[in-house]
Amino acid sequence: MSVQPSIGKSLNRLEGHLKVTGAARYAGEYPGENLVYGYIANSTITKGKIKSINTKTALSLKGVIEVFTHKNRPSLAWFDFQYADMDAPPGAAFKPLADAEIKYNGQPIALVVAETFELARYAATLINVEYEEDTFETNLIDNLDKARSPKLGLATFLKPPPTKPVGNYQKAYEESYAKASGEFYHGTEHHNPLELFATTTIYEKDGKLTIYDKTQGTVNCQIYVANVFGLKYKNVQVISPYVGGAFGSGLRPQFQLFFSVMAALELKRPVRVTLDRHQMFTFGHRPPTLQRTHFGADTTGKIQALHHAAYAETSRFEDYTEVVVNWSNVLYPSKNTLMEYKIVPLDVFSPLDMRAPGGSTGSHAIESTMDELSYALNIDPLELRLINYSEIDESTGRPFSSKELRQCYLQGAEKFGWSKRSPQTRSMKRGNKLVGYGMATGIWETMQLPARAEAQLTKDGKLHVLSAITDIGTGTLTVMTQIAADELGLSMEDVSFSYGDSKMPFAPIQGGSFTVSTVGSAIKAAGSALRHKIYKKAQAIKGSAWKNLKIEDVVFNGGCVSLKKNLSDTISFREIIAANKGRMIKTTNLSLPKSFKLKKYTRAAHSAAFVEVEVDEELGVINVTRALTTVAAGRIINPKTARSQILGGMIWGISKALREETITDHEMGKYMNQNLAEYHIPVHADLHELEVVFVEEKDDIVNELGTKGVGEIGLVAIPPAIANAVFHATGKRINQFPIHFDSLL
Amino acid sequence: MAAPELRSINLNINKEQHVLQVLPWVSLLDALRDHLQLTGTKKGCDHGQCGACTILCDGKRIVSCLTLAVMKDGASITTIEGIADGEQLHPLQKAFIEHDAFQCGYCTPGQICSAIGMIQEGKAKTRAEVKELMSGNLCRCGANIGIIDAIMEVMEGGSNE
Repeated sequence: MSVQPSIGKSLNRLEGHLKVTGAARYAGEYPGENLVYGYIANSTITKGKIKSINTKTALSLKGVIEVFTHKNRPSLAWFDFQYADMDAPPGAAFKPLADAEIKYNGQPIALVVAETFELARYAATLINVEYEEDTFETNLIDNLDKARSPKLGLATFLKPPPTKPVGNYQKAYEESYAKASGEFYHGTEHHNPLELFATTTIYEKDGKLTIYDKTQGTVNCQIYVANVFGLKYKNVQVISPYVGGAFGSGLRPQFQLFFSVMAALELKRPVRVTLDRHQMFTFGHRPPTLQRTHFGADTTGKIQALHHAAYAETSRFEDYTEVVVNWSNVLYPSKNTLMEYKIVPLDVFSPLDMRAPGGSTGSHAIESTMDELSYALNIDPLELRLINYSEIDESTGRPFSSKELRQCYLQGAEKFGWSKRSPQTRSMKRGNKLVGYGMATGIWETMQLPARAEAQLTKDGKLHVLSAITDIGTGTLTVMTQIAADELGLSMEDVSFSYGDSKMPFAPIQGGSFTVSTVGSAIKAAGSALRHKIYKKAQAIKGSAWKNLKIEDVVFNGGCVSLKKNLSDTISFREIIAANKGRMIKTTNLSLPKSFKLKKYTRAAHSAAFVEVEVDEELGVINVTRALTTVAAGRIINPKTARSQILGGMIWGISKALREETITDHEMGKYMNQNLAEYHIPVHADLHELEVVFVEEKDDIVNELGTKGVGEIGLVAIPPAIANAVFHATGKRINQFPIHFDSLL
Repeated sequence: MAAPELRSINLNINKEQHVLQVLPWVSLLDALRDHLQLTGTKKGCDHGQCGACTILCDGKRIVSCLTLAVMKDGASITTIEGIADGEQLHPLQKAFIEHDAFQCGYCTPGQICSAIGMIQEGKAKTRAEVKELMSGNLCRCGANIGIIDAIMEVMEGGSNE
């Protein structure tokens, strides 16, 4: 019986058994002989200088091995570029323990290394620091007058600046029949993966380092460590097979990696550094952002004017940017546009991409303004989007590589029962609850980066593929195995995938929803090259009988190469390996995006979200009773894990709209709710009927697999759909996230 | 300050007797992870706020981060490593895999131990009650729907709200 393709099958996660039995080992769980524990001390001021730092008492405790500060740290790399990782924005990356300067509240200022975790933590409290405090600014809204355009750099490649103004937006807006405008704000958010950031560095006998790190990029961290500590790349190995969530927080090397490696090199023994939950609030975050919109339409609902401006926080040392304002004109044609994006440097750590960075921020403003416009026009919100449906991307004049958004709208509306919505606000009730329906559009750019992969036909005739990529819980192991299996016509059992190790073929950081398109393409390329190699060997073995064949004349299935015309004329992988003197056959290949072809198209995944909320009129409590997301994201490799990605994104959407926020005390320049009791995320009891539908979408342009990625698109449309549903339920337009019950009272 | 002294405690963990020498400030969670290398039990907050460290202690679910090891001298403990019967997975473990009730897997041991404890408590009958009584276990990936689906399937062969 022939082996059926694995792509498209709803398969369980291959690492499932390890995860449900506690056998999957995360970065801070690797043992080491004579392992010692590091604990980081953080600055308690926001800006200034360390006048003195006294570590005597801490060091006097039995079992405390060393305390590292800027005073006694080893000599380190000096130049800014040596600290710049693959994801570094323009500017100078933060250098731990560089000098006495304090740049932000919670900055790591010392590392205590002790024989036990408890002792290191206690000793850290005994470090005595005297500061010279400077004045500081942490409030975005108070500093809008300092907004400026970001510097350009390498990061600009994946984060293009806003498109240039078109037509005369001001005039067109003023002359519009219907107008909608708004000011939108969301505060700081922190990724808060459930696993604490941790690194276990093993100092090997020959001075090489084996580093178990919580990261989204093994190679990224390898290069960082080698550059900062002046080591050879080949002497640094970063391993990260299991990552307890990351959501962007692991895109850049975090400072526990620096501290663990520094201490291991100095002490020549294994050192583990694990952050506390409150320390998880002392590095990257989603930046607070203020947005303003002005949309105008004619009497038929056709948009005439689009204005979208955003002002976002960054640090004093790097120009972190997001793509916030580029989306509206991709979704909705308009002859007159003005898009503006400015950043405001403040005394905080640099922001960092957090699930659907920019997209989830921008869509809130765009899609809630569209909702407002639909009321101004007295046109159904879904109808307004269909009236303004873009057949090409007017912001660039390029066609879409594929776009099944219309089907997302139509299938979503049908399944959700959108037609049961009565247009008036406050017109639907259930008991003492106001009921609201809201919808919104989602878009996320489809990207692909270069990557390498190795494919081996092993001695026992099975397929083994390798890549340095991580699996942050997205299902990478399973999906890559599926792609590899199909390339050689094997069943899943006959394929293994090794990953999460910087020693393996190059993979970029895991983010941007580009992993399947990037690493999947590399695996496809390596699989295809291996197929050709195997075919050549088969042809040689078969001699004259196969001499005049082409590879198109054979089929790879079930571990055999067979003639298409006569399947019984066959040779097994095992026979081929035997003829190869029992040696494996292998190949390593590079996959590059076909940039010349790709740049002629706008490539994006689309979604439509439909949400029902119930609002308690007396208490203002909002409950998302049901939500549906329809997604057009090209080919879906594994519907089960892809659905989980979208569901996860939807829950993040509910969280963004209704729960999570990092609260800053601007008098102190400090985050006040640095724990999971006060940084609210939805719990099981907050979540009700959530549904995902994948719309058929074929795309021959984006990459060879036709995949667009599903990591972020599930989050983009839900927050505005909730805000729009709250407006429909209550008649109150709340443009500040998260929506608090008191804003409805 | 007088130096704290090591205390000797007995713990029956996953049906095996262990004698541990620990200082009084060592949490049960750190005793499991750092002293016994039973790293299946996870630390997500160390403050009883996330539920990742949930284990079964004398049949009841507790957060091991808010429990000092010395408080549990003589206790019988089951961690995620002791949930399966040899190679035979517990029905909840199977259901978690089947319902894709995890992504990163970091909250999973706590979710499974908590669900076993909750089922034994016998208070939750409906899906809404299960959701309420499982709400001490956070999941940041957003695998919540799968988690509750898996628990419901084990409790009553599947049920929807």
